[in-house]
Amino acid sequence: MATQAIPGLYALARRLTDQSPEDLVQECLLRAYRAYGELADDAAGPAWLRRILVNAFRDRLRKEMRSVEEVSVEDVDEFSLYRTLAEEDPFPYSDTLHLDFLRAFGREDVRAVLLRLPVRYRAPLVLRYMEGFSTKEIARLLDEPLGTVLAQLHRGRKRFERELWDYANESGLLAKGAGR
Amino acid sequence: MTPDEPLIPCSEAVERLWEYLDRTLSAEDQARVEQHLAFCRRCCGELEFARELRAFLATAAADEIPPDVRERLQGFVRELGG
Ligand SMILES: [Zn+2]
Repeated sequence: MATQAIPGLYALARRLTDQSPEDLVQECLLRAYRAYGELADDAAGPAWLRRILVNAFRDRLRKEMRSVEEVSVEDVDEFSLYRTLAEEDPFPYSDTLHLDFLRAFGREDVRAVLLRLPVRYRAPLVLRYMEGFSTKEIARLLDEPLGTVLAQLHRGRKRFERELWDYANESGLLAKGAGR
Repeated sequence: MTPDEPLIPCSEAVERLWEYLDRTLSAEDQARVEQHLAFCRRCCGELEFARELRAFLATAAADEIPPDVRERLQGFVRELGG
């Protein structure tokens, strides 16, 4: 069961952190081994393992970062990726400008963009929109009030849109796309 | 929300689109966004893009792992006796 879950766990670990994701998976496997008796049904194993991994990640954050990343007040509030794309029109010959923009990103690009976000925004975003956890479950896993998670998701999503745009400009993704 | 309550502005509707899609708004706010979307084409474009962006995130979640990392982690599981 654990062997089959390894690729998924590793992928999740890499989206949560660029600090030795392999160690995080090991930690998760070790905890799972110790707590194996608590798992009633093997079919629930993959989801159970993912939760253990998120817990290990949360504990690691607590240990390593006593001082939570300070979040500077930035002008992300006014940013709309949808509008920016319409105004800047990076693909002048396209009828599906917004989709073309997203399609210019490979998986590693998405990961790079996520890793640009402060972890307090990245983690809820990854867990909600990539891993499909509910907001309530994320609050439980990260041991945060639901309101905090909702606020982090809100700001994280805006930061993500902003970083998508900045990353696309900085890494030449748009130039590549325009030539297609 | 009363029927003659004025529409919320675009900025407010756009601000809440993801929460609207997640259904984490209060029933009143959900209805306010809904009502705005019924009248505003531009925000419908924003809504469509919000859906695309969410689908984009979901599909970017592939389970890729380098062979050597997989090998090491599988070895680790074997040592644990699982
Ligand atoms: Zn509008």
